[in-house]
Amino acid sequence: MDTNAIYVLWLRDLKRFVRAKSRIVGMMMMPIFFLLGLGLGLGSLINLGTGGSYFDFIVPGIIGMSLLFTSVFTGSAVLWDRQFGFLKEILVTPNSRSSIVIGRIFGGGTTAVLQSILVVIIALLVGFQMHVTVYTALAVVFMALIATTFIGLGLTLGSMINDFQGFQLVTSFFTMPLFFLSNSIFPITALPKAIQFIMYLNPLTYGVDGLRNALLGTGTLSIWADLLGIAISAVIMVSLAVLAFRKTEVG
Amino acid sequence: MDMIKVENLTKEFGKLRAVDNVSFSVKEGEIFGLLGPNGAGKTTTIKMLTTLLQPTHGNANVAGHDIRKDQNSVRNSIGIVFQDPSLDDELTGRENLEFHAILYKIGKEQRERKIKEVLKLVELEDKADTLVKFYSGGMKRRLEIGRGLIHEPRVLFLDEPTVGLDPQTRRHIWDYIKRLNEVSKVTLILTTHYIEEADYLCGRVAIVDHGKLVALNTPKILKDKLGGDVVSLQISGGDGALEKSFKSTKWVKAVSRHDGTMDLTVEEGEKRIPALMEIAEKHNVKVDAVSLHKPSLEDVFIHYTGKSIREEEGGAMDSMRAHRKAWSGRRN
Repeated sequence: MDTNAIYVLWLRDLKRFVRAKSRIVGMMMMPIFFLLGLGLGLGSLINLGTGGSYFDFIVPGIIGMSLLFTSVFTGSAVLWDRQFGFLKEILVTPNSRSSIVIGRIFGGGTTAVLQSILVVIIALLVGFQMHVTVYTALAVVFMALIATTFIGLGLTLGSMINDFQGFQLVTSFFTMPLFFLSNSIFPITALPKAIQFIMYLNPLTYGVDGLRNALLGTGTLSIWADLLGIAISAVIMVSLAVLAFRKTEVG
Repeated sequence: MDMIKVENLTKEFGKLRAVDNVSFSVKEGEIFGLLGPNGAGKTTTIKMLTTLLQPTHGNANVAGHDIRKDQNSVRNSIGIVFQDPSLDDELTGRENLEFHAILYKIGKEQRERKIKEVLKLVELEDKADTLVKFYSGGMKRRLEIGRGLIHEPRVLFLDEPTVGLDPQTRRHIWDYIKRLNEVSKVTLILTTHYIEEADYLCGRVAIVDHGKLVALNTPKILKDKLGGDVVSLQISGGDGALEKSFKSTKWVKAVSRHDGTMDLTVEEGEKRIPALMEIAEKHNVKVDAVSLHKPSLEDVFIHYTGKSIREEEGGAMDSMRAHRKAWSGRRN
């Protein structure tokens, strides 16, 4: 493992994140609209029947969603980067392909977690009732693991797809079902068993349930089951990304 | 000593043979050029030599390392400037150099010294802490060339180093490249589809077309091999006797006729024109106009391939480039 390459890729993402103020604002727009529109607007009409408010319920879901979208995008940008960007430069340096994958995940993961923390802060400002316990800090771990899983997915897709035009289509082919077939915006228990089964195959379900456990103290599964689920997903996706990325050639 | 030795290198993409059985060697300290149109297989050759692509057949040695078996050693001894920009334009020039040095595991002290040295060489000292997105095209190229030198490679690959630059900047870059070769003694291998670039910069030029290497020598020898200059006489009325007379003249190497013009291949054409006029006069043929054409590498290219170096229609990469341009335009 080449720690210098990992460090450079991480530092680069961090520097870019801090500098690109307009992009941070842009990236925050979608979660903010979902918070306000779905959470406060639609939420006022929804009674979950559990006593908790829909707004509180959906905050972890929106964090999961924004992690999903930014992470897949960050990962799949490798397609772009290996033709034109900085990554191509790194590919000719004497550093292993796997450290490039890891560096990319560290960099993208760090910025995605920072962004999620911003979403939590904004949610708190508009009335999110966080339930602070010893597990609250685990929320950051869940954020990091969700990001890792989906950057891994993005990297895998970005390494396999060579068609620049089709790549946005392919990524939304993955992200949309992952988002809607998860517990992000509705409780999983409200659905038929067959659909529940599919949803439990979705890593995002464990991630979002884990965030609910950590931030609200209410989840469908135990926090440890969630942690195990999302951790296994992260390991699988990172391995797939390393395998796929090793095979990529600069076209 | 041979810095690069290429033997029967071949790369196939499906049915397409992008590089077809190419062999050549590059001496230490040389500026070696691969000249050919877009799509001739130059970039693919470079990608194989820099370990970014695996050859289908054949092999090569770069700085004494096998490109198939010893990829990391190859990567350690080379630098590369890509055809498409590979700088991070949201970092400063200095940061780009710094990151590059860290990737080659260069210690902090040596890193700072090398960065200073390189910035001076490419004359970007005063712009070092500006974000690269505010650089001009020529400055970006210079920074990339400088970056390729940070880790003191033995061979520097330059893939179309001046593509997309205006003529004045191009000239500048050429001078940098020349100076670089003189100062650091680094072996340079560059690809280009600009005739003048190959002519001006390269000690030896390999002409490639459709993946094949069709000729290799110094620009001068390549041009001399064509037999000399071409004097074109525009004459009224055809005269077979004159043509015969030219053909029997010892120092006229070739004669060809096409619609009212007679092309004569001679050495040092400017000195032969009076004698040619005399011969025409003897045959009572009126010469309306005379033009002299010194051979260029373009003529060499036409001689070997039967066509001139032309821009190929846009492929997938060009559309990606166009996309990127559109996007970065929106971003900045």
